[in-house]
Amino acid sequence: MARKDFLDIASLTREEVEYLLEQAVPFKDLFTRSVKKVPALKGKSVLMLFYEPSTRTHSSFEVAAKRMSADVIDLDVPQSSVTKGETVKDTVDTLQAMRADYIVVRHEMSGMPLAIARQTKASVINAGDGAHAHPTQGLLDAFTFKEVFPETDGRKVLIVGDILHSRVARSTSMVMRKLGVEVAFLGPGSLVPRDGTEGMRRFTDYEEAMKWSPDVVYLLRVQMERQDAQFFPSLGEYHRVYGVTQERLERLADKGTYIMHPGPVNRGVELCHEVMDYERSLINRQVENGIAARMAVLFWLKPGTGSEPPMTTE
Amino acid sequence: MPIVLDEAQIAEAVASLAAQIKDAARGERIAIVGIRRRGDEVADRVCRLLREMGVDHVYGMLDISLYRDDLAHLAESPRLQGSEISFPVEGARIVIVDDVLFTGRTIRAALDALWDYGRPAKTELAVLIDRGHRELPIRPDFTGVNLKTARMDHVLVRLKITDGEDAVELVESS
Repeated sequence: MARKDFLDIASLTREEVEYLLEQAVPFKDLFTRSVKKVPALKGKSVLMLFYEPSTRTHSSFEVAAKRMSADVIDLDVPQSSVTKGETVKDTVDTLQAMRADYIVVRHEMSGMPLAIARQTKASVINAGDGAHAHPTQGLLDAFTFKEVFPETDGRKVLIVGDILHSRVARSTSMVMRKLGVEVAFLGPGSLVPRDGTEGMRRFTDYEEAMKWSPDVVYLLRVQMERQDAQFFPSLGEYHRVYGVTQERLERLADKGTYIMHPGPVNRGVELCHEVMDYERSLINRQVENGIAARMAVLFWLKPGTGSEPPMTTE
Repeated sequence: MPIVLDEAQIAEAVASLAAQIKDAARGERIAIVGIRRRGDEVADRVCRLLREMGVDHVYGMLDISLYRDDLAHLAESPRLQGSEISFPVEGARIVIVDDVLFTGRTIRAALDALWDYGRPAKTELAVLIDRGHRELPIRPDFTGVNLKTARMDHVLVRLKITDGEDAVELVESS
């Protein structure tokens, strides 16, 4: 069941998801040793190809690769948007010359990691492509969820925010559903997709959503730099309508509800300041688990193997 | 397929290992470290006997998968089980335990894995079966049974907890 690429959650079986989550556990155990490094990928190179800025995901992959003794190469890529054809060709030419074993790609265009994967023997890992997928985020979220709820079947996760434009919402809801978790969305009516959400409840009202009694409330980040802001009257208004305010936090505490967020948090928007001290916040744990989950993915993939990856939608 | 060791003979080999380790310990505390899988089960049995004999010891398990020298050649990456070393390795007197000693590559990996936990004062090797054909300058300090094999033969060890029964088979290459 070895694979060349890791492009989305949709093409994984539940067994493969469970396998990766099990493999992530011993990787996480390494973090408590004084030597956190293992030689598993010694002599291999991991090329970081980030067309969109991302401090968190980038450094998480970098730490994961370095803890497995791989060499990490950061490729400076132009931030300006170029046409798809040119980008792929230029990129693939460069990559071939670098002889990387693994390529971690983030791109504003959906499908770019797949386009690269089809043209290289290297293992390609999708670190976020457009509004399509962010599969390692999904995996780390599932890993964090499973640590708290080892029996995932029948649990409930409420994802809050701009579902429509969020690749995190897609990958995380997809991986949760593969594990038998019920997923519901809460957000402005215009930002919750109607298609591709069979079996998933949609709420537009916070109080209604809370009556559903989720085990975890997963707050999506409001992408201030992207288009999201224009869909909301103001950030203060967003906080009041969809955010976890101090008063709502107290009620979540009473019910024992956990909070997750892909980070970095816009304090005072998705979450009130007090959430930093909330004992059922899993946000810091998500960061640590992200490294372990990415190590599990790197260890699973086999560069130079497998058939052509199919195009799938999350 | 020929059974070369049955349950009683395996028990005898484990008892022999425990006795050898006790003699060498000379009253000092020792750390028994079993290599997963099956080395940990052998180590567990050795520890039970050491306890009966009143030998001061601690126990740990080592998963050497991430330290193998053939990872890049495997069609699939191994399923990880994780290491459990809860005692300080720094300055410890360690006995690594495995079921079969063959090329010595597993032990090379185990030494590397162990050193990432600290610098032991002394490290020795105990194996249930030494089947020869070393590819590295590694030798056991304590041996249960020496088994004469050809390079291409397979020695199949089955142990109760891992495999449901105690038996060692020698499958000769055709």
